Amino acid sequence: MGSLPFVFPFAELEVGQHLYWQFGNIRIHGQVFMTSWLLIGALLALVVIGTKKMERDPKGVQNLLEFLWDYIRDLARTQIGEKVYRDWMPFIGTLFLFIFVSNWGGALVPWKLIELPSGELGAPTADINTTVALALLVSLSYFYAGLSNKGLRYFEYYVHPTPIMLPFKIVEDFTKPLSLSFRLFGNILADELVVAVLVFLVPLVLPVPVMFLGLFTSAIQALIFATLAAYYIGEAVEEHH
Amino acid sequence: MPTLFLFGASEGGLFDFDATLPLMAVQVVLLTFILNALFFKPVGQVVEEREDYVNTSRAEAKKKIAEVKRLETELKDQLKEARLEAQKVILEAEQDSENLYKEALALATSEANASREKARREIDSQRDEALNQLKSEADNLGDLIIERLLAKK
Repeated sequence: MGSLPFVFPFAELEVGQHLYWQFGNIRIHGQVFMTSWLLIGALLALVVIGTKKMERDPKGVQNLLEFLWDYIRDLARTQIGEKVYRDWMPFIGTLFLFIFVSNWGGALVPWKLIELPSGELGAPTADINTTVALALLVSLSYFYAGLSNKGLRYFEYYVHPTPIMLPFKIVEDFTKPLSLSFRLFGNILADELVVAVLVFLVPLVLPVPVMFLGLFTSAIQALIFATLAAYYIGEAVEEHH
Repeated sequence: MPTLFLFGASEGGLFDFDATLPLMAVQVVLLTFILNALFFKPVGQVVEEREDYVNTSRAEAKKKIAEVKRLETELKDQLKEARLEAQKVILEAEQDSENLYKEALALATSEANASREKARREIDSQRDEALNQLKSEADNLGDLIIERLLAKK
């Protein structure tokens, strides 16, 4: 897949082109790492500023961080359950924050101003590698959560409530990461493409509501990914009676 | 821009998997640990400390309110008792004063009656005395008149 066969006067649209960095035998997508480092840096800067001087009466950035913390705690607690949510809250929270800053960073930062020799900067989550990496981490986490909490009894889950469920549950282990990764990847890439195509067709006014819609989708996708990850972990650690 | 790293770029595509995937996974795991140390732990500590503080403060406030209510009812009871006591004292005092008044009145009335009686008796006796005197004087005079009339003859 290459760039669309148009001549773009205002925005160039490149799909599936990457800026490759080669280290020996391995190749990585440079644009994904550049944006992700910038966005992670911004996130960490915010966190460091907000936690520098924390008080009982929160001020400024501390308020925002506490709001986020509370939001993530509620998410983890409702999905994973009171007993083990504390162990998984950092992971769920990191997923949420990383996906959120990636999606919003991709939508809000005018990356197009930076010319790359190949490919273009954008949301790191618009790259299938990122989303698959996140989804596989979620798969590993819920296996680990189930096994560490219940030992081999975790596999009772596969025959619960009846052994007929076994094949479906096994298939689920494959569909879970697949759906997680493709949902996120598809939504974010589609959002970027829609905005780019609209900007190409009607460069004024019309893309703006779509951009807002994109911000909305981005936030929702981060929430969905984190919620589902927490739900899968909760499902794995849940005690059947 | 790091064109130095760029080695051939014509291939690719949307589903171009390569070392980006594991590296990104490692990066996210690292980010999890960093955020745990920088964000989740410290903020959680502050928030939970505050929740504890709020809970204990609220419990204390509830205790204080209960104490205040208890004291209030106690004071109200005391006030009621004091009021009853005061009413009793007032009533007693009123009765006492009335009794005293009645006694004094009775005493005064009886004294007045006695002295009036005495005065009347005195007046009566004096009048009787005077009458007797007058009578005796009249008798004397009558005797005298009769003697003189008899003597002339």
